[in-house]
Amino acid sequence: MNIIVELLNYPFMQRALICGVAISFCAALIGVILVLKNYSMIGHGLGEVGFAALSLALVFNLPEMSVAIPIVIIASFIILLISQKKGASGDVTIALVSTAALAFGVIITSISKGFNIDVYNYMFGSVLSMTTSDVIVSVVLSIILVILYAFFYNRLFMITFDEKFAKVCGINVTFYQFLISLITAIVVVLGMRMMGTLLISSLIVFPAIIARKLTNSFKSMVILSVLISVICFIFGMLFSFFLNLPTGACIVGIYVVEYFGASIWSHFLRKA
Amino acid sequence: MEILEIKNLTSSYDNHEAIKDVNIKIENGEYICLVGENGSGKSTLIKAMIGLQKKDSGEIIKNISDDKIAYVAQNNMKDLSFPATAKEIIMTGVQRHRRLPFYRKSDWVLFENVCNMLNIKDIVNRQIGELSGGQRQRVILARALIREPELIILDEPCSGLDVNITKELYDILEKLHTEKGLTIIMATHDLYEIKAKDVRVICMATTVKFDGKIEDFKGLE
Repeated sequence: MNIIVELLNYPFMQRALICGVAISFCAALIGVILVLKNYSMIGHGLGEVGFAALSLALVFNLPEMSVAIPIVIIASFIILLISQKKGASGDVTIALVSTAALAFGVIITSISKGFNIDVYNYMFGSVLSMTTSDVIVSVVLSIILVILYAFFYNRLFMITFDEKFAKVCGINVTFYQFLISLITAIVVVLGMRMMGTLLISSLIVFPAIIARKLTNSFKSMVILSVLISVICFIFGMLFSFFLNLPTGACIVGIYVVEYFGASIWSHFLRKA
Repeated sequence: MEILEIKNLTSSYDNHEAIKDVNIKIENGEYICLVGENGSGKSTLIKAMIGLQKKDSGEIIKNISDDKIAYVAQNNMKDLSFPATAKEIIMTGVQRHRRLPFYRKSDWVLFENVCNMLNIKDIVNRQIGELSGGQRQRVILARALIREPELIILDEPCSGLDVNITKELYDILEKLHTEKGLTIIMATHDLYEIKAKDVRVICMATTVKFDGKIEDFKGLE
């Protein structure tokens, strides 16, 4: 315990903890909607778009977040618009946009300096290298996202459960779809530094699918998903520090263990 | 008073004319059954009425606010593991376009009333997938009725349900029609289970093939 308290005296650990908790919280909130709407892969797709955007920012020496956030938001809207067209599948759209973006990112990186340490950090995550400005951006955006989510909670549930009924009730479904896309895009960009572009989707998907196994209402799924996400992040970060392993991978490792635990628990709960 | 008028309505689905030149006038307080073979255009007509289906030509004139129209879809919930309780689902029915997305005290009074009316008080905290088909359809009906509609539009609400549940649901609709004067438009295949009086039958086969009293329609068959 003393070691943990000592660890928290380090500024880099404080920054990592604040950013990680804020981002895990938001990722879990949006993850519930994406998992229930069968859009689990969108996080992965946008992560690759984020990689392309960051490569671009690094090459032209621009502020990373201010390049990545608008590009990922636009990509998220494009995915939404294409997948809404008749005959288009959400999965196919995500695959098209994400692979194209990844290829673009690789080309940009290769013709500049190659895969340097910055690109590596963004691919695999490095929560311990968060700066003070990262903390400010993450916390401010997370607070905005949580307020938006809480304000529109009932509508978001309605649209997640039955989009057609919402349309009939006169609800502007398109507006809420864009809101979901916007929140997802921001969470992906914020989470890339922590989890890496390759593992960002796990931050969104795992807490929701674990919570889904253990609950029977939307509200409890949201609450449990947030708790799982924040707890797994804290343990993942500690393991990462003590074992000198990448934080993102450690968090996913804990998710996997928890997922199997939840599967066994729900299996016996149903039998009982 | 006419609450809905459909004028020369034509609508296509997957490049196929699902309904053509449909003309119907609906009076307040009517009980209308839409019948016809599969693919006759019943569902397309219903979806056009509630704005889920685009029209190629024609008009739908509503003399009723959209807030006073409720819709019950087919009994075809695909994901029974969806984590939502009956209460969470019913309460979505109070949501409207021009109001804040929060539930008020008066909404919870409506919730109590609708649960008493449909006798579902004991199941409101259960997950939707744990309920029987009949209970599930009552929850979906409760979600529509909590809007305090003047017109309810149902698209084959009993498809896949057994005869007893079907009869039970039709009894509830008859009661709402006679006691509360609710206007009902329902696509159905089970005309012989409907015991309500003064039922108007509209038989579809892309266009309107019959429009008259249920007794006359049964006499034709």
